[in-house]
Amino acid sequence: MARLTLRFVALAYLGVLLVVPVGVVFYRTFEHGLGSVYDSITTPAAKGAFWLTVEVAAIAVPLNAVFGVLAAIALVRGRFPGKRLFDALLDLPFAVSPVVVGLALLLVWGVDGWFGGLGLQVIFSLPGIVLATIFVSLPFVAREVAPVLREIGDEQEQAAATLGANGWQTFRRVTLPAIRWGLVYGVVLATARAIGEFGAVSVVSGKISGETETLTLLVEKRFQNFDLAGAYAASALLAVIALATLIAMTVLNKRREDTT
Amino acid sequence: MIKVNSVTKRFNGFVALDDVSIDVPDGSLTALLGPSGSGKSTLLRVIAGLERPDAGSVEVGGEEATHLPAQKRDVGFVFQHYAAFKHMTVRDNVAFGLAIRKRPKDQIRRKVDELLELVGLAGFHSRYPAQLSGGQRQRMALARALAIEPRVLLLDEPFGALDANVRADLRAWLRRLHDEVHVTTVLVTHDQEEAMEVASNLVVLRDGRVEQAGAPRDIYEHPSNDFVMGFIGPVSSLDGRLVRPHDLVLRDEPGEGAEEAMVERVVHLGFEVRVELVRSGGEHVVAQLTRTEADELELREGSIVWLRPPVSGAPRTPDRPPAAPLS
Repeated sequence: MARLTLRFVALAYLGVLLVVPVGVVFYRTFEHGLGSVYDSITTPAAKGAFWLTVEVAAIAVPLNAVFGVLAAIALVRGRFPGKRLFDALLDLPFAVSPVVVGLALLLVWGVDGWFGGLGLQVIFSLPGIVLATIFVSLPFVAREVAPVLREIGDEQEQAAATLGANGWQTFRRVTLPAIRWGLVYGVVLATARAIGEFGAVSVVSGKISGETETLTLLVEKRFQNFDLAGAYAASALLAVIALATLIAMTVLNKRREDTT
Repeated sequence: MIKVNSVTKRFNGFVALDDVSIDVPDGSLTALLGPSGSGKSTLLRVIAGLERPDAGSVEVGGEEATHLPAQKRDVGFVFQHYAAFKHMTVRDNVAFGLAIRKRPKDQIRRKVDELLELVGLAGFHSRYPAQLSGGQRQRMALARALAIEPRVLLLDEPFGALDANVRADLRAWLRRLHDEVHVTTVLVTHDQEEAMEVASNLVVLRDGRVEQAGAPRDIYEHPSNDFVMGFIGPVSSLDGRLVRPHDLVLRDEPGEGAEEAMVERVVHLGFEVRVELVRSGGEHVVAQLTRTEADELELREGSIVWLRPPVSGAPRTPDRPPAAPLS
């Protein structure tokens, strides 16, 4: 009985807080038929926002994946001064509010900022959005890969070394296959975070429709302009991408359990 | 031929190896024997190039190797916990070193088949390590190490994670394998029985130092000090002197040089019988007899026997403070 109650409470909690709001978005989106939804997600602004979001994720996530794997190896295998500080810094993006990240980028790259004199167009353009996205999605890969590396230990790598493999060969043939599911899982999480980022991006993007407006910004703009149907449609599009990554993650997670 | 000259290795102030020198003759099977923390595994890892010594030098196959990284030493290394490549089949595991060396595919295939045959894993080539038993995994690891035709084969407690009966089988098997392939082999173990059974050469280590090196029988019969004596086989203490329990003679009547003792416990160990005795002074002594001897004496708890210490084996002067006798 107690277990049933617990289960009911847990499900109700999830339902009220997660499922209902997301469900309502879909309900409102399709309330007036598919035609209007199709129209509002195929406007030039919506298309531009969609592709910009994809482009930013496509740049930020691979960079973070490479960095994340290197960081995880350094954290687990390396011995260097300042390792604990590095470990703590890696979690900074979890701790700092995205709006603060956006403002910080503005201070560094803005016209009056430290690097403002370099004449690089970072703020209010793609590089700024990418920088903000990299910042907020930085720790995911490292945090997923590090425990896997720790668990597999370094004996396989040592065995590879005694068999004649150099550092790169050992990484390619032994380490990478061993951490691949952790890596994939981290990439999926980082992607979800990159696509959904709002706060930091909203500060640095300038929100130029069709140019520097990501999907989340589009949702916000339509909502502010009382275009509720349009906002719902764009939200639904975001939710679909997010759900797709979530499903991918679940499937991959299952495969990870099956292979270990 | 492996030569280790005056190697010292410290870990954060802990001295794992203290001025250690050993010679491993070509084609021999040498066991590094010692209690845990004696530095035997560290010594093996220094030979393999997995640890860098703080001082001293290492020669492998007549070649100076102190600063050679592990990947260039041509050593086969077998780990206690197998270090199998979990995502590779048995075939790919064994082929790893040859694939790294970019050998032709058909040559690799032939070599792997040959090795799997040798270690008794023919027909297992498409399995994954997770589908093998511990003993099979370790034999796969051996085949993988042998595939590169190493100049020396280094085994770090290779049977330490296996069940007792599998261990015994694999020991005998390793001995036969060594007779077949003749590769210079160094085995690390804390099990003196394993070392005595497998090795043609022993190096006994304690606290990062070599206590004694030589043929197993020489070390057993002429241990250089009480620690080696106690580590290499069972001992009993008699008036502060260490003796082998099977060197003690028990009689059911008084005799020259014999003293009275009371049987406290009789333990049957299959062919042998261990007799725990109390001497008149209250000192405890353990003697080991064959079953026939024990039956003739009709030993049971509380019976009185006459105990005679061995005539041979004059008391040794330990060159280091005597260690607590192992029982």
